[in-house]
Amino acid sequence: MTTEHAAVEIVDMDKYFNQSKPNEVWALDAINLSIETGSFVSLIGPSGCGKSTLLRLMGALTHPTNGQILINGKPADDARTDRDYGMAFQHSGLFKWRTISQNIELPLELMGWGKQDRKARSDELLELIKLPDFGDHYPSELSGGMRQRVAIARSLSFRPSLLLMDEPFGALDEMTREHMQDELLDIWRRTGKTIVFVTHSIPEAVYLSQRVIVLSPRPGRIASDIPVDLGERVFETREDPRFFEKVTQVREALRFEESPQ
Amino acid sequence: MTSRFLKAAGPAVILGVGGVLLWEIAMRVIQPEGFVLPAPSEILAAFAENAGDIWTATVNTGYIVITGLVAGVILGLAWALAVSRFRIANETLTPLGIMLNAIPIIALAPIFNAWFGLLSPVSNQAIVVILVFFPIFINTTRGLTSIDATEHELMRSYAASKWDITREVRFPNAMPYFFTALKISASLAVIGAIVAEYFGGRQDALGPLIVQNAGLTRYAEAWAAVLAGSILGILLYLAAGAIERASMPWMSSVSASG
Repeated sequence: MTTEHAAVEIVDMDKYFNQSKPNEVWALDAINLSIETGSFVSLIGPSGCGKSTLLRLMGALTHPTNGQILINGKPADDARTDRDYGMAFQHSGLFKWRTISQNIELPLELMGWGKQDRKARSDELLELIKLPDFGDHYPSELSGGMRQRVAIARSLSFRPSLLLMDEPFGALDEMTREHMQDELLDIWRRTGKTIVFVTHSIPEAVYLSQRVIVLSPRPGRIASDIPVDLGERVFETREDPRFFEKVTQVREALRFEESPQ
Repeated sequence: MTSRFLKAAGPAVILGVGGVLLWEIAMRVIQPEGFVLPAPSEILAAFAENAGDIWTATVNTGYIVITGLVAGVILGLAWALAVSRFRIANETLTPLGIMLNAIPIIALAPIFNAWFGLLSPVSNQAIVVILVFFPIFINTTRGLTSIDATEHELMRSYAASKWDITREVRFPNAMPYFFTALKISASLAVIGAIVAEYFGGRQDALGPLIVQNAGLTRYAEAWAAVLAGSILGILLYLAAGAIERASMPWMSSVSASG
């Protein structure tokens, strides 16, 4: 991937649901956002602020009402059909009728990869997520954390340059969650992907990202754009005073006036 | 393996054997008229005595049941596919299916005999087809349309085609619904075939055998034919269950953790 274009470029974008109908919802307002290729950016905001919608807009799973979204320099729809991004959700969304290997290979099957190439790729990814012996198991035989790792492996399988992650660790317990954060950072460092990560956990956003984008309550606007420079994340990072300073800064940025409605 | 089977089937076997024993004892104590209820031993004796006739009748009825079941399943599946795929099909075929199901099908048996000929098996098969298609259609449609939102978005994120989504998500999602309907249909098909045979079709089948024996006050023989029909229904149910397990290996995988 050349760095000619930003991974994500959003210009003057508004999003309404059910526009000009009685149940109209103004979800996002005047979003301008540029995400550099190879960076790790978190989106955080109060629930219902449209952060998941913003992620789905980047994936062209829904479309902007006004404005423009470019992924790797091209319209989001083209990026979707070119399979430029991989996606992971809070619920792993593994197909229960497919084994772990078959789940990881699903996008590759749809893209017409040969059987041997698929097998080689899923074996490689099972190593990466440290589940080398689970290829032939079904999702129901795995724990929640393991399933989430498989979902991440699946989103990486076809080597997209961009990962869109919607609270992928939201349903995990705290210990598993911290462990998964370190694994994700490890994968990010090794693969050089751009990662856009939606979360509602302030420490998670600060620990993972180089940049935390704070969204206001609905209609979501970019309220703050906070750079996080904590260097290499290690065990002690979570106890570092600078880590707490950033957490405090993000928390302050999330203190919104109670809206009149 | 054997001990596991015994453990699983044990309670059912005990209940069955115990029930038959109780029935036998009750009949010997009460000694009712034969038309009320014969003892199991009498039914079994009649079964053994008429084994040849019963076998022929079961094969003939079994033919109606299986051909009607297969045709009804194919029709129900095609109907479900059309309805879940095309809006126009949903708006026309769904009400038509419901209307067909609302007709008291058995009441059509004499009319079908007039259409297809009194002794033709086609009228019997037609009854079975109409009885079977509806549960297959309605259940499979539910399975094809009630897919998980995350799974659907995921497929869209892979730029998957509609056919990809149908093949990879809708079909597997519909399988448990389909097999539930198939198990219901297996018993329905036996009931439908035997009742249809009361009105016409081949004379060497289970329906006529029951009617003729009951008419001649040979109640044990009539019950023996009913027993043959029950065995046919149970075997079809077990076959449906075996196909279900073989085609959905993920259902039998044991959960290792929450």
